Amino acid sequence: MANLFDEKALKEIAEKYTEWEEKIVPEWLSRLPERQKEFTTLSGIRVKRLYTPLDLKDFDYLSKLGFPGDYPFTRGIHATMYRARLWTMRMFSGYGGPEETNKRLKFLIEHGETGLSLAFDYPTLVGVDPDDPMAEGEVGVVGVSVPTLLDMEIIFDGIDMGSVTTNMTINPPAPVLLSFYVAAAEKQGVPYHKIGGTTQNDPLKEFIAQKSYVFPPEPAVKVAMDLIEWSVKHLPKWNPISISGYHIREAGATAVQELAFTLADGIEYVRQLIARGLDVDEFAPRLSFFFAAHINFFEEIAKFRAARRMWARIMKDWFGAKKKRSMWMRFHVQTSGVSLVAQEPWNNIVRTAIEALAAVLGGAQSLHTNSFDEPFRVPSEFAAKIALRTQQIIAYETGVADVVDPLGGSYYVEWLTDEIEEQAWKYIDRIERMGGMLEAVKNGYPQREVMDAAYRFQKEVEEGKRLIVGVNIFRSEDIEEIRKVPLLEFDQREIEERQKKRVKMVREMRNKQKWERALNELRRAAERGENIMPYVLNAVKAYATLGEIMGTLKEVYGVYVEPPEF
Amino acid sequence: MSSLPSSSRGRGRRIKVLVAKMGLDGHDRGAKVVARALRDAGFEVIYTGLRQTPEQVAYAAVQEDVDVVGVSLLSGAHFPLMRRLIAKLKELGAEDIPVVLGGTIPVIDVEPLKKMGVREVFLPGTSLKEIIETIRRLAEERRARGETLAVSASRERGQGD
Amino acid sequence: MQLAINRVMGVLSPSVATLIEEARRGSIRAIGRILTLLEEPDQTSLSILQHIYRYSRGAQVIGVTGIPGAGKSTLVGKIIGEFRRRGYRVAVVAIDPSSPLTRGSLMGDRLRMQEHATDPGVFIRSLPTRGLKGGLSVAALAAIEAFDAFGYDKIIVETVGVGQSEVDVMHAAHTIVVVTMPGAGDDIQALKAGVMEIGDIYVVNKSDKPEARQTYEYLSFALEKEEVGREAPGWTPRLLKTSAVMGQGIKELVDTIEEHHRFIHKTGLAAKKVVERRALLAKLIVESIIARYVDEAFGGLVERIVKAIEGNEPLPNIVMEALREAAKRLYEDVRSGTDGGSKANIPGCS
Repeated sequence: MANLFDEKALKEIAEKYTEWEEKIVPEWLSRLPERQKEFTTLSGIRVKRLYTPLDLKDFDYLSKLGFPGDYPFTRGIHATMYRARLWTMRMFSGYGGPEETNKRLKFLIEHGETGLSLAFDYPTLVGVDPDDPMAEGEVGVVGVSVPTLLDMEIIFDGIDMGSVTTNMTINPPAPVLLSFYVAAAEKQGVPYHKIGGTTQNDPLKEFIAQKSYVFPPEPAVKVAMDLIEWSVKHLPKWNPISISGYHIREAGATAVQELAFTLADGIEYVRQLIARGLDVDEFAPRLSFFFAAHINFFEEIAKFRAARRMWARIMKDWFGAKKKRSMWMRFHVQTSGVSLVAQEPWNNIVRTAIEALAAVLGGAQSLHTNSFDEPFRVPSEFAAKIALRTQQIIAYETGVADVVDPLGGSYYVEWLTDEIEEQAWKYIDRIERMGGMLEAVKNGYPQREVMDAAYRFQKEVEEGKRLIVGVNIFRSEDIEEIRKVPLLEFDQREIEERQKKRVKMVREMRNKQKWERALNELRRAAERGENIMPYVLNAVKAYATLGEIMGTLKEVYGVYVEPPEF
Repeated sequence: MSSLPSSSRGRGRRIKVLVAKMGLDGHDRGAKVVARALRDAGFEVIYTGLRQTPEQVAYAAVQEDVDVVGVSLLSGAHFPLMRRLIAKLKELGAEDIPVVLGGTIPVIDVEPLKKMGVREVFLPGTSLKEIIETIRRLAEERRARGETLAVSASRERGQGD
Repeated sequence: MQLAINRVMGVLSPSVATLIEEARRGSIRAIGRILTLLEEPDQTSLSILQHIYRYSRGAQVIGVTGIPGAGKSTLVGKIIGEFRRRGYRVAVVAIDPSSPLTRGSLMGDRLRMQEHATDPGVFIRSLPTRGLKGGLSVAALAAIEAFDAFGYDKIIVETVGVGQSEVDVMHAAHTIVVVTMPGAGDDIQALKAGVMEIGDIYVVNKSDKPEARQTYEYLSFALEKEEVGREAPGWTPRLLKTSAVMGQGIKELVDTIEEHHRFIHKTGLAAKKVVERRALLAKLIVESIIARYVDEAFGGLVERIVKAIEGNEPLPNIVMEALREAAKRLYEDVRSGTDGGSKANIPGCS
């Protein structure tokens, strides 16, 4: 035991505390009442006026915190953290067709970026081709359109795929996009062991929050596990999954729910992979996470610290991981999109800065900062630059990166970290009793929880219990100011037409027999329950399109339609 | 006393609203929060679910004979999708059903959308109260106009087998 | 035509007559409007019903009921698809259970059927279980009449099947399909209650699940022992397996629904059902109107009743007074309505 405070000291402090509470505080309150009766975090955790050693009475330093780079990793996964290497400033962006993206990636590489990040448009995200009737008006809008191997080849034309890593925010069609990537790299002569990057590939959160689902939950999880299994065996440098709480949070969850549901998703995946006969230490080091940084500053920091501690315990105690790396929770953070508002949009720069600071104080491995114009459209270059500069100011000017876990030991932060952890375990217990997250998702439990929280939050905003500057306090009616925001302009119709033409051309020019055979083999493999990855890769090489491959799989797995949950 | 049943005579039909998501974007937080708020305000709300085409939404609005159609869009594809929705409603002889829109809509797009026939655009940050009141007003205005009972058959094409 | 309608009906307004004509020509807009007018019994709705009864083409009314979560909506979506392939026009009355006790209603049942929304041969209408002024059953039964008159061959009524209104609605169906799914015995026990025990066809949906077999056997046993199932001379209740999500067993289910249709036609049950259905609607309309008077009378009496109960007055006296009050109002309205001459003004329906 390594308790922070001894009995005697605590007793003295308790005496003084009582004195303060009974004499000094009432005096102040009578002169100057507090602003609110009660103060709560965004998760609804009631916070006290003051935290003292009394709140950490039984706090065992070594079991709760330990040292950075060592179990339970509360203070950080690396011993030296940002003193050695700053977090990766990974700005996820993209729009248009492959040509625009190719140009943008080359620009980034010239400026020293090696960690590329691809955002896809909605048709790609849900696995339909640009000429699908559902795609109208959406091709190239929120990201790049990639319906065929040819598009991926164009994106990386003139870029050595063996020397960059690429993050791909893609879920149900992840096997197809990864196959595009691998096939394009292969065509460049890049060996498998040099192909590096990440696929988000997290199906459960799609049902809970992001709603870019395609297949029903069971086959959706199966397909994601296929990708992980295949990549563990063939792509040593690939991070096959990014278990994401971000979207859950953005859909309305509290910090506690975000944490609990993300960990429960992770637990489900680990079980699935173990059930496939994989060794936990073989795949666990490849699992990565993705969280949101919202505006309630300390709660976010506490959440990140609790997340690391909980995951380390889960991996060690539940799954018997041996390697330290298996217990690491490596995570990417994005500042909160829903915390940004349309009113006086410049203020969003400040919100993002505070959120980014929380991510850094929470020990993130990489960070994306949102642009202030995102309530309206995908960011303009001007706005995206400010967002990146925000991170650089935190990194190079503020000094917050110079000490590992600088808030460790704060009575309040440690108390809040414990509190969030405790509440998150309760959720996890409940989900465990339901039979794990896959079952919980099937019966709509996390979906309902998130919706309830979203509605509760909105009502609190309406009632003035949650204040948002420019919205329900210091309300701004100045529409002219909003008009001044320079927005990204591009000719969406031209891109859509170009992408439609290209996909038609690919369909005409490919070898029909090879193509047909590849899709038939894929269908049969899916029907037999085999790992589909080799067959998807094969179909991709035969220039089957994204829509065709997903269509074939839909015939086997079915299509998910969300139950009417409100 | 108020807990005992009293006469329901004279009270009008509930306002009926279709809440719809069109296109491929899955951001349903706003749509569902608004749907709940409308329900709690006493409205009859029908939710179409995700990934609807404008045509599906128009048919649903007409079959359900709603007072107002509320669309939520965060994909940036509001021009083509709203254009198709309004055209289809017109084709079905239902241009009197007001259409309102919320989501990530740039301010500069509001006027062109209104010209196209969108009755109201709710920018990010609009309060539920304002949304509810606007929808109530639009529904009542439409009912006050006598709910144009007769439909001109000439406007309709392709109905029935 | 217009004059003819007016002579027969006396009360059908020209705009409503036009609406009916357009509905008969297949305008979904007009049908949608008429369904709204039929939601509540009043002068207009009664005249519409009176007028459209003659256009009935004897559509098959299929009630689909079952425990929540059994996948009814998805199954109905698939049945629509199969009926359409066979060339039938299909209407759906989706009775949505998601209405809370208070406030408004929030309905999402049609979400599973939206793929058929743009098919001009399909019409889907949602009805909340609460909040309709004339009651759910009146609105639902009137909708059935409208769909029958406007050329739909198959009318599917989907409901959870709990509560008196929903049971009433199911009694209007020619063919009752009870949907269940693999799982706990409690669900099966629930089938032995109310409308679920009088199915003509039982379906174990989600039959791709491993527990499906056990459920199937259990149900098959229950049917054999005649614990559930509506026996009619010449028809033994059927038991089928489907997986709506995967589209399995749908063809067989629709075959069986059609087989039942042929059976009820052969035996004359079909026509009998239409008469029963309309009689039930008439009765429900009367009840709904009387209920309004009782409501109103009670509303005016509330304070007196509370006082009477506080003062320990005998219950029969309190009840008699409330009844007298309701009867008085009703009588006055009925008399003034009939005094008006040839127009049959329905009391409470002004």
